Order: sequence, then C-alpha cells, then structure tokens
Amino acid sequence: MAREPLMIDIVNLSKRFGRREVLKDISLGVPKGNVLALIGPSGSGKSTLLRCVNLLETPDSGSVTIDSHTMRFGAGASRHRTNSMAAFRAEAGMVFQSFNLFPHLTVLENVMSGPRFVRGQSRDAAERIARPLLERMGMESFADTMPERLSGGQKQRVAIARALAMEPKVMLFDEATSALDPQRVAEILSVMRDLARTGMTQIVVTHEMSYARDVADTVVFMADGHIVESGPARQVIEDPREERTRTFLKHFHMGKA
Amino acid sequence: MTYQWDFGPILQYWSLFRIGLEYTLSFTLASAIIGMAAGLLLTLARRSGWKILSIPAGAVVEIFRCTPALVQLVWCYYALPVVLGLSLSPATAALLALSLYGAAFYSEIFRAGLDSIDRGQWDAAAALGMTPFTMMRRIIMPQALRRMTAPLVSQVVLQLKNTSLISVVTVPDLVYQGQMVSSATYKPLEVYTTIAIIYFLILFPMTQGARLLERRRHG
Repeated sequence: MAREPLMIDIVNLSKRFGRREVLKDISLGVPKGNVLALIGPSGSGKSTLLRCVNLLETPDSGSVTIDSHTMRFGAGASRHRTNSMAAFRAEAGMVFQSFNLFPHLTVLENVMSGPRFVRGQSRDAAERIARPLLERMGMESFADTMPERLSGGQKQRVAIARALAMEPKVMLFDEATSALDPQRVAEILSVMRDLARTGMTQIVVTHEMSYARDVADTVVFMADGHIVESGPARQVIEDPREERTRTFLKHFHMGKA
Repeated sequence: MTYQWDFGPILQYWSLFRIGLEYTLSFTLASAIIGMAAGLLLTLARRSGWKILSIPAGAVVEIFRCTPALVQLVWCYYALPVVLGLSLSPATAALLALSLYGAAFYSEIFRAGLDSIDRGQWDAAAALGMTPFTMMRRIIMPQALRRMTAPLVSQVVLQLKNTSLISVVTVPDLVYQGQMVSSATYKPLEVYTTIAIIYFLILFPMTQGARLLERRRHG
C-alpha cells in the first residue's frame, strides 16, 4: 500500500517540564491536505505537542518535519540557532485561543506584520498580500481599526489572516474557538472548514467534537502525554476502541455540525 | 527680629549659577543616557537565560539599588581608585556613580515593562517566524516603551535631583556653585532659595509631563 506523502511528520517526540514528562515518545504523521484533530483532557499534552510542531516549545528529543524541512532534537542533534528555528516556524501558521493580535498595530498592519517584518517585503507588497486575505475573512472594512475595538470572532479572523499572510504550508489551531461566545464559534469553525477545503494541512487542538468528527480526517485522543487512540475521525468519535476515549467523550453532547 | 531678604548680591554671581546649571543638566543628560543604555544591557543580561550573565547582572542591580547614591558616589571617588589602581577625576567618578545608580533603576523599569507584555505577544511574533531581535524591535519594545515612558521620566527627575550630590566630590554643579556664592556673599538663605526655585522650574514641567503621559496611557 503506497503511503500518502506526509506534510507534517513527528517522530519519537518527548518533552518534559522540569520533572514532569508532558510528551512521551509521540509519533504522528499528517498527510498533505489532511486535517488532524487533537482531542483530550486538559493537561494531556495536546497543546504542548502543537507548540512543539512549530518549536514554540523546544522538544527534548525526537524530530519534527514540515514538508521536507526537518528539525532534530536531543542526543546527537546539534543545537539549533535561533534564526534557523525562526525560519522553521515561518513554515507553520498558528492561531491561538487568546488571538494575540498586536495591540499597537492596526488590523491591516497586523496582517502585514509577517511579510514585512519576517520576509522584509515592502509596505506595498505586504499590503497586496494582506488586503485580499482580510477580504476573504470578511474583515476588509476593519483594515484601519485597532484590534481592541474588535469582537472576539473578528479578532480571530484577523489572526487567521495574519497567519495566512506568511503563506504557511500548514496551519496549527490551538483551541481557536475556546475563548469565543457560542454564536461566534460557528463563524470561526466555518473559516477553518473553508481552509480545509482549499487543501490546507491542519492540526487542530479542539474541544468541538462535532467539528472534529465532521471536518477532520483523523482524530487523535491524547492523555497523560501519550496517544491513547488515533484513527478515522468518525470512528474515533462515534465508536472509540479505548475505554479512556469513551469516558472522555461522554462529557460532550454532540449535535450536528 | 525679622530677616531682611536681599537677593541683590546674589544676582551678581549669576554667571556662577549658570555654570552650575550647565553642569547639573549635562550630568543629568549624560548619566541618564549612559544609565539607560547600561540598564538595557543589564536587563537583557538578566533575561538572557545564561547564568554566567544573569547572576552578575542581577547582583549589580541589587547592589546599586540597595545602597545610597551618596555612599556610591563617595565610594567611586575614594575607594574605586584604590581597588582599580588608577585615579579618577571627580567628574569621571561622579558620572560613573550616577550612571550606574541610574542603570540599576532603569533596568528595573525595563524589566517590569517587558514582563508586563503578555506571553501571547511573544508566542504570536515567534510563530510568524520573527527572530528575537525583530520581535523585540517590532512587537515587544513598541508596546513596552509606551508603558515605560512615565516611570522613565520619573527616574530622570530623580536622576536630576541626585546630581546635587556630586557637589560632595567638588564637581561644580548648581549646589556646589551655590556653596561658592554663599561663602562669598554670606547669604545662604537667599542662595538655597534661588537654587530650590531653579530646580523646581526645571522639574515641575517634567513631573507634569510624566503625569500627562501616565493619564494618557490609562485614558
């Protein structure tokens, strides 16, 4: 059986904070264009795993590959320079639970910040990238607004546009809807679904089980720094094999997404 | 008996006051600039994550924060030359002491300013692929500087007042010149009143400015 080429490949990844082992020898692959949903109780290590993919946390050992760019950590691997870590991070776009827009920059400048400050593109060139993205997110009329005046849902759409402006190969969503009002959650989920349709490879840490079931290709259930179960989304969510997954999923009432 | 105030004789020595004022202002400016630069370096060293830098930098900050400026000044003038085996002019010793004293406090202001920036800002900038330098310059510092402006101005005000101490090591600042005029005219009350007024006229607008900045930040 021919395997699909992997866009993200995590191999034997381990991470500890002090004495606590947060990730224990995790291996995980995401084929190009696939959406992988990471679910699990808080403290399971799913956010740390996501942050290791773009090196916001430095893994203690193992390797992370995005497309053909591999970073190795631990015994035998050389220490990475901060600039090469920065270049690796640019391959992945990340969206956070708390939006993290830059409050001293306008909406447009936020979206332009990657092209301008990371790629060193001119203001005009950056604007040619940023404006269509704002339009795509339905935020073009807010270009000159300061982030503090936006609602949570609007902030998150700008944050997604900001990440996309770097033309990343993959997108990482870290509980992107957890800080939103229930009525705004759907609007961000639909943006994420559109992104999936365009073939963007994604890892999504989420508590939205119906979204995971309906949009993700693969669902991975983590607990205590281990992968407990992973498989096709519908199967893991609706008919999990493992007792721990079943217990966890009992806490969620799933409607139609 | 009432004291007959007479500022007349003092005004004859106006040029001495002017020289004193020039010394006071230039020592304030120089020690503020050197102090801020050194303070920034101390802050970066303390945050570097390398113990070989952070521990000495932290020690320097605490030593200068926890001893009086006057003691530091006198120590730099009399004791430091013995330690280093070279002689320091009064002006050099004074500038060194004032700058380092300021640096300790500026460093604390920078540290507090940087710490006040939400963790998510660093994450978001890093996730876009910014190098630490770009992140500091484009994202963190512009936000931190806004928060630091008011405390920095307050510290410069203190810095200016601290320059009055350098008269002790015979640097001819405003206070030292006042002492000269006072011994020439036997009019210490008028002299110190004049000096107080000059300090006030410089510092009052600065503190008002700092307050305005503070208000604008919270407004």
